[in-house]
Amino acid sequence: MHRFANPARFMRIAEPILPWTSMGALAAILLALYFGIFDSPADYQQGETVRIMYVHVPAAWMALFTYTVMALASGSFLIWKHPLADLSAQAAAPIGAGFTAIALVTGALWGQPMWGTWWVWDARLTSVLILFFLYLGYMALVNGFDDSERGSRMGAILALVGFVNVPIIKFSVDWWNTLHQPASISRLDAPAIDPSMLTPLLLMAIGFKLFFISILIVRIKIQLLKKRIRSIQLTN
Amino acid sequence: MGTLLAIIRRDLSLVMRQGSDAFVVLIFFVVTVTLFPLGVGPDPLILQNLASGIVWVSALLSAMLSLDRLFQTDYDDGSLELLVLSPYPLELVVLCKCLVHWLTTGLPIMLISPVLALMLNIKTGAFLYLISSMALGTPIISLLGAVGAALVLGSRRSGVLIALLIIPLTIPILLFGVAAIQAATEGYSASSPLMFLGALLLFSIALCPWVIASSLRQVVS
Repeated sequence: MHRFANPARFMRIAEPILPWTSMGALAAILLALYFGIFDSPADYQQGETVRIMYVHVPAAWMALFTYTVMALASGSFLIWKHPLADLSAQAAAPIGAGFTAIALVTGALWGQPMWGTWWVWDARLTSVLILFFLYLGYMALVNGFDDSERGSRMGAILALVGFVNVPIIKFSVDWWNTLHQPASISRLDAPAIDPSMLTPLLLMAIGFKLFFISILIVRIKIQLLKKRIRSIQLTN
Repeated sequence: MGTLLAIIRRDLSLVMRQGSDAFVVLIFFVVTVTLFPLGVGPDPLILQNLASGIVWVSALLSAMLSLDRLFQTDYDDGSLELLVLSPYPLELVVLCKCLVHWLTTGLPIMLISPVLALMLNIKTGAFLYLISSMALGTPIISLLGAVGAALVLGSRRSGVLIALLIIPLTIPILLFGVAAIQAATEGYSASSPLMFLGALLLFSIALCPWVIASSLRQVVS
């Protein structure tokens, strides 16, 4: 792992990957939209609104996944002081906040016709809202210092502290009796969902993940270039 | 041990001599609670239903006010560096600081909250649960708040940042604190929310000092 912490080597590897991930993301999301909108049945209970799930569920997965990536990167930044780990944590935060916002908004749009309310204060919804605040707090903290190095160290500690929320979100539907339904994909037995609906869901999940990787690479690249510009300016 | 007591005594006397800081927090708490009957109307029944939530939310907000001075003065006059460099475990020193913070903000808030709850027409059976949920919950606010205070040390707009970072983390305290009082007023057993609060308290006593100490070390290094 330490071998890949070198920014130059990272650029050499990430640069050729980028077109593949971004085209892959585009293709998977378009395919998922096609399957989700035209080639999957309406739910017998939820009707057409079930199609919102093809965006909502993958976005919620990504919200948790991104925070986990952030926490892992922050942890390795604190332990090994890899500058690249810090850059990727900082680059991931706005993406995660975006996915969390998408999950919250699509959830509200789905909840209005299905539950009859935009929002309920149950454990799952509240803990995801907290996750959203954690992302915002992290970004505010990282940018809150005149000394950016200090901002990254403090942000890394906060990201690790905030990680307690991730298992709470994951298991909130099992621990509490929530209005939000429990997991139907990641179960020990077969997923409780028909293959025709699983296809767009998984395609969208793959598309979102590739999208995440592409944006992450672009954002890290921008930060690396900014650093290089600054060091060039300093030498002149 | 003697050193830790000395640190507690030093911090307590610092707070006592400044005087106004701890007092201001208490006044803010009283004023915030007073705003609610004016805002939602003086209907005793409505106030009775809202009482536990009003008291808890106001307690959380007032505690936020006091947090930025937790390490700031030590940081400004350089004594924080000496504490970090001292041979005593920083985790314990930090725990003492949290204790002092609780003694000067959490404890007064806890002691005055029954009076305010009475003004909000809370049911008499709920007093015991209000006090016990406050007794378990306010130390957690001090510990989590100290995490926030250590994280934002030396940043711009530190006061607002603390609130932004810490309020989301304190939501469980609010939930269980209010749940204990609600359960008591509605005649259920309040033991499970109180046990949750106790668990959270033990959890934060065990973990927060490490987080605080490691961020203070980062600040000084």
